Amino acid sequence: MYQYDQYDQKMVDTRVEEFRDQVKRRIAGELTEDQFKPLRLMNGLYLQLHAYMLRVAIPYGTLSSKQMHMLAHIARKYDRDYGHFTTRQNLQYNWIKLADAPDILADLATVEMHAIQTSGNCIRNISSDQFAGATADEVTDPRPWAELLRQWSSFHPEFSYLPRKFKFAVIASDTDRAAMRLHDIGIQLVRNDAGELGAKFFVGGGMGRTPMIAPEIRDFVPADELISYAEACLRVYNRYGRRDNKYKARIKILVHELGKEEYTRQVEEEFSHMKGLGLNPPVEELERITEFFTVPPFDAQASDDLDLSDPDFALWVDQNVSEHKQPGYAIATISLKPRGGIPGDASSAQIDLMADLGEQYSFDELRVTHSQNIVLPHVKKSDLYALWQKLDEAGLAPANLDLITDSIACPGLDYCSLANARSIPLAQKISERFADLGRQRELGELKLKISGCINACGHHHAGHIGILGVDRKGTENYQLLLGGSGAEDASLAKITGPGFTEDGVIDAIETVTDLYLAQREEGERFIDTYRRVGMEKFKEAIYG
Amino acid sequence: MVDAIRLRDDDVHEEPAVSLDSFLDQSNATAVRIEAGEDARELLPHLDRLSLIEVSFPVFGDGRGYSSAQILREAGYTGELRASGDVLVDQIAYMRRCGFDAFAPDAPINAEDMKAALARYEHVYQATSDQRTPIWSLRHG
Amino acid sequence: MKILTGNDLKTGDVIWWTGLDWSRFVRDATDIGDQGEAILHREEAARRVNAPYIIDAEQTSDGPRPGHIKDRVRALGPTVRPDLTLKPADPDAGEWVI
Repeated sequence: MYQYDQYDQKMVDTRVEEFRDQVKRRIAGELTEDQFKPLRLMNGLYLQLHAYMLRVAIPYGTLSSKQMHMLAHIARKYDRDYGHFTTRQNLQYNWIKLADAPDILADLATVEMHAIQTSGNCIRNISSDQFAGATADEVTDPRPWAELLRQWSSFHPEFSYLPRKFKFAVIASDTDRAAMRLHDIGIQLVRNDAGELGAKFFVGGGMGRTPMIAPEIRDFVPADELISYAEACLRVYNRYGRRDNKYKARIKILVHELGKEEYTRQVEEEFSHMKGLGLNPPVEELERITEFFTVPPFDAQASDDLDLSDPDFALWVDQNVSEHKQPGYAIATISLKPRGGIPGDASSAQIDLMADLGEQYSFDELRVTHSQNIVLPHVKKSDLYALWQKLDEAGLAPANLDLITDSIACPGLDYCSLANARSIPLAQKISERFADLGRQRELGELKLKISGCINACGHHHAGHIGILGVDRKGTENYQLLLGGSGAEDASLAKITGPGFTEDGVIDAIETVTDLYLAQREEGERFIDTYRRVGMEKFKEAIYG
Repeated sequence: MVDAIRLRDDDVHEEPAVSLDSFLDQSNATAVRIEAGEDARELLPHLDRLSLIEVSFPVFGDGRGYSSAQILREAGYTGELRASGDVLVDQIAYMRRCGFDAFAPDAPINAEDMKAALARYEHVYQATSDQRTPIWSLRHG
Repeated sequence: MKILTGNDLKTGDVIWWTGLDWSRFVRDATDIGDQGEAILHREEAARRVNAPYIIDAEQTSDGPRPGHIKDRVRALGPTVRPDLTLKPADPDAGEWVI
């Protein structure tokens, strides 16, 4: 994975000192909260329901065991012994003191980590495919391109006061494991007829109040024009994105209101102005970065055989272990969705354990997924059993990847000042109701996504089953949505009808899953049956 | 009324800045002020007669002026480019990078803080109007 | 009743105006009547509180109970982690929030 050189390290260290100075001035009263807020947001520091919350960047969801250990250390030293992995592959701490924030950032900097631009109206963490570099279905590892964009977007002086936040995702396969089409800019790396790699740009996707699937703006941008093309897309947004209404300020609104053709025309025009300005790094820079992402030293003799005589291990392999491009190896997903647990939370002890396991069994590399799980991308098949045993001991081996209890849930009203309803207790109750693994496996792939408010950090629009928590005359109420997908078959979930109480929505989910089982045809996942049968039948079943 | 801060060696331009509409109507104005929502490109045919362009920041969170500045510098404008309005010391360094070389803040800016802000980052990741060498260029010569 | 709440600037702790000072415990919150704005501005300017605001609350035998569930969550802590709340030993604390 990428390693900082002296320049990268200096930037991060300088940022720490800059923020230390800003905190000092805030505490001394030289900055008002209004003046300080955008500055602290650009260092990932929110003021939340219980304390300050710090969002640490995990660029394209990739980290080393050393970095993972530091995350555990920070949880112990400065927080309350746990962290929360998010739907953008980052990590959040919920109990941070402002006075400690500069020291935390300094600690992070010692392991090449930071919280730069994880909030604020600027370019945020660039997310990617959690199987990058390990999967056979990619044209290349997308992460060097993500790293190139990360550096370009960091401390970008023109784009730090955008109308609103800006999120990129970069993938390199037709299979979309990163919800790429639901980003402000989604990039799919492809090869042209000459076999050259380039970026297909999708602009204007997003969730929130008005979910949209990003349309394709350009089918091929070569590596040596990637930066200037991204600049053109951003500049049009910075100049013309709406600033009159916070809820209409994302680029998806601009693309929608201008229309894809007009937005594209403006970008192409801006792009033509940018030619010859020397904005693009030479191809050698992408090559330099790519050197850090070469394949690990796999054992070419590694056996593909796997002893599945232990039935619990066999279930975990079947559900949580994915195919690796290298024979004898596998991709293992650690589920952070234990029965009745808080989705995406991990104790400092669990984080330390995962760090050790990553070091021992996965060439010192781990990934965070946007579904709030952890991936060990390069596990030798002959090590899987030992790995699983250690995970199981620590409660980290639920065999539920992509099953109904592998739900995404935002922090919700238990933690977040924007929320209207609690999301975690709902996820916990559903997890209990559907705890039987046999039942879950019978239902099969079922992506359940829960948001505690319309901001949709739980991605409910992209859930096969989505739940949106609302405030109904001062009490928590839950809307049920069906038919969304964040994968390459992207679609937006539709609401079923009137909302429910917490218990009511869980009953409704059971009604829905029962109907699926009754209606499904050979090989159909829940989403397939829903798409074939249609909303009306489900509505009838739910509301009578 | 707070003094403008200039990072230029030449003389202060004496002519007052007129609005964009006025400027385009006249043939002899040499200083113009553009609002946050106005299109800097409308000035491009007239850059040779401009000595001062003032760009408004009505609130510091409105970042349109940064793009205006970049557009003007990219087109070859070498005169004074002044950021005015809700300009705080924490935005000065980015404004400089986008090509601003003068500042007319609504509230006074501490000179020491400003000096520190401008000197703070030794390196930059992007090629922008201030012509500083980006890190990728340092890496590859 | 009307009570005043905010966060401690340095620690981020949720705090409540007692009439004299800021407390971490909502039971200490006092009815500020119509003095809220004045107190809020004074305290914020002095940096004894950050991001303060006025809320409705009900006077109960347990003390003031904020009108909105969000502020009740702030008053206690996350309902899903009783061990991290201000009343870790009280099994009914979550009920008070809901």
